[in-house]
Amino acid sequence: MVSPVKLVMQTMAYAGFAAVIGYFSASPEYTHLDPDLALVKLSFSHAGAPKTECRTLTQQELDELPPNMRRLTDCPRGRVPLLIELEIDGQLVYRDWRPPSGLAGDGASTVYERFPVQPGRHQVAVRLRDSRKTSGFDFEHEDAVEIGQRQNFVIDFRAETGGFRFL
Amino acid sequence: MTGTKRLARAGFEHLESGFDFVFGARWNPLYFLGALAWFFYWIVAVSGIYLYIFFDSGVHSAYESVEYMTHTQWYAAGIMRSLHRYASDALVVVVLLHVIREYIMDRYKDARWFSWIVGIPMLWLLYASGISGYWVVWDQLAQYVAIATTEWLDTLPLFGEPIARNFLHETVLSGRFFSLMVFIHIAVPLILLFVMWIHIQRHMHPSVNPPKGLALGSLAMMLGLSLAYPAVSQGPANLNQVPSTVGLDWFYLTLYPLLDVYSGEMLWVVVIAATFGLVIMPWFPPRHRAAAAKVDLPNCNGCGRCVADCPYSAITLEPRSDGDYHPKEAVVDAAKCVSCGICAAACPTASPYRRRAALVPGIELPDATIAYLRRASTEAVEHLSGPARVLVYGCQTGVPIEDLQDSAVAAVKIPCLGALPPSFLDFVISRRMVDGVLLVGCREGDCRYRLGQEWTRQRLAQQRDPYLPGRVSRERIAICWAGIGQLGKTAVQLEAFRNRLSGLAGSTGNGNLATASAQAAEHMETHG
Repeated sequence: MVSPVKLVMQTMAYAGFAAVIGYFSASPEYTHLDPDLALVKLSFSHAGAPKTECRTLTQQELDELPPNMRRLTDCPRGRVPLLIELEIDGQLVYRDWRPPSGLAGDGASTVYERFPVQPGRHQVAVRLRDSRKTSGFDFEHEDAVEIGQRQNFVIDFRAETGGFRFL
Repeated sequence: MTGTKRLARAGFEHLESGFDFVFGARWNPLYFLGALAWFFYWIVAVSGIYLYIFFDSGVHSAYESVEYMTHTQWYAAGIMRSLHRYASDALVVVVLLHVIREYIMDRYKDARWFSWIVGIPMLWLLYASGISGYWVVWDQLAQYVAIATTEWLDTLPLFGEPIARNFLHETVLSGRFFSLMVFIHIAVPLILLFVMWIHIQRHMHPSVNPPKGLALGSLAMMLGLSLAYPAVSQGPANLNQVPSTVGLDWFYLTLYPLLDVYSGEMLWVVVIAATFGLVIMPWFPPRHRAAAAKVDLPNCNGCGRCVADCPYSAITLEPRSDGDYHPKEAVVDAAKCVSCGICAAACPTASPYRRRAALVPGIELPDATIAYLRRASTEAVEHLSGPARVLVYGCQTGVPIEDLQDSAVAAVKIPCLGALPPSFLDFVISRRMVDGVLLVGCREGDCRYRLGQEWTRQRLAQQRDPYLPGRVSRERIAICWAGIGQLGKTAVQLEAFRNRLSGLAGSTGNGNLATASAQAAEHMETHG
């Protein structure tokens, strides 16, 4: 038979353990972004242009291939990296070359970047070069946007719908 | 054992002493951390099954279904939700304590590497189960967990496209990935259960259920916490807004704040290095491994007592290989043997009375043979004098019993108290080589080799073969369960035992307590 004193001590031990479990299961709170800020997220996945143009095979080259592999063009798998720039209020906050994914470098390039900003009105400009050209950009989008406190402002890109879009 | 670890062990045992005082050794939660982990797992599983009945696994309706459970059906599903969360948290605590304790007590090396290594993926699975659970509630914490986890996973070169893009914005949110997480939250705990089962495969009589009192206390604690402080959600997830401040579950999400300080890659390096460190621990630093038990076929009749008593399932009965008429023989799997010697004490041939020239039982430890034990016992008591001569048998890794020796006290160390054949007590007492025997084992309820204490108790109480002969006076035997740092306590009990012996009639082996029983064993412990 457990003595009343020990029963009380056991109860206290259980209560202590429960208090630790209860408290640390949701406390203390963690702030991973200043609540007075907002977040601009630049993220998209897009495949750059092939590194080189497809080449038409000569008749001799075709003849040397097995009949089931005789394709008229030879298209190298590699793709160019994407050049991405992001300007907020005239300041370049991001510029990077994003390599294509895949072992053969033939997959899409991806970007996923976060930029905490003060809420308010901002001039946001984003540019992308996905071709083999050596200067300039293939897609550009610039707009003045109102970003609210704690807003998750997303810059996405869909080539099939015309390019950049602000969400 | 290093000095640091010895110090840590003494500290841990100090803590355990406190719990012993409050709960008693039979209910001390620190002795049942593994069993408590199983217990909390079952609470999580049962509550999870109940919650799944009411849970809507669609990403746009999951939050509402959890809110319904929490508030509308607070009396059942709400309590179940709280039990689900708090038992999961308690599971992490007892599992981590279990790991730390096994490390400090040096119970992860040699043959025990198997359970240690199997335990490592269990840690990963446990965290994956918990983290995926927070995800499926789809509140603001879930949003933070989903984004932080996928961003962290994206730092690994595994995914062609960042999986964090699944949670980019409300307009692109897809239920498919969410459904995958619900599936993961069910599948991973099931895999965890399977690995838990593997974890105990090398244990004979694994401790998977805490004592009833401790189980009831723990359940009451969980229920009380669930009623007093119900688990609630942290507002619906909204990917258009950043959940800048969240109430973290620090038991599962401890590392997450580090993702805001260090790169995801660096954190992967840390957790993978930590995992690798845990993997090599059983072999680092390398140490001499005691020889496994050895079977002597001419003395083995295949009775199976060693098989029944081995705590680590290291012995099996196999068809006879030597042409003897007995159908079976004991076979030791050296890889599983922890060299505790419990098998030797279980062997009916391990008797110091044997008159053969060479005392070789059917099974014994090459490093601590029965012949050595007889020689050590007889030599140790030779010099003893006085009215209350005591021979102390103690566990090798326990209290330094050699420090108790004086003109009337001798000490012999054995690998485990369970490695002492009861006939040795008869041998030294009935032959009046000593007036009494003090058995010093590990802390009560915490046998280093799991079952040594229990088997010793049962053998002395004549409940398990080989019995302590009835003619041995139980008053001349005392048991002291003590931790490595409890030499003082042992000395006090030894002194009290010697005082009692002084009051006894001089003759030993008088058979006045010939009928042994469990009560007798209890008497010995209580008064020892």
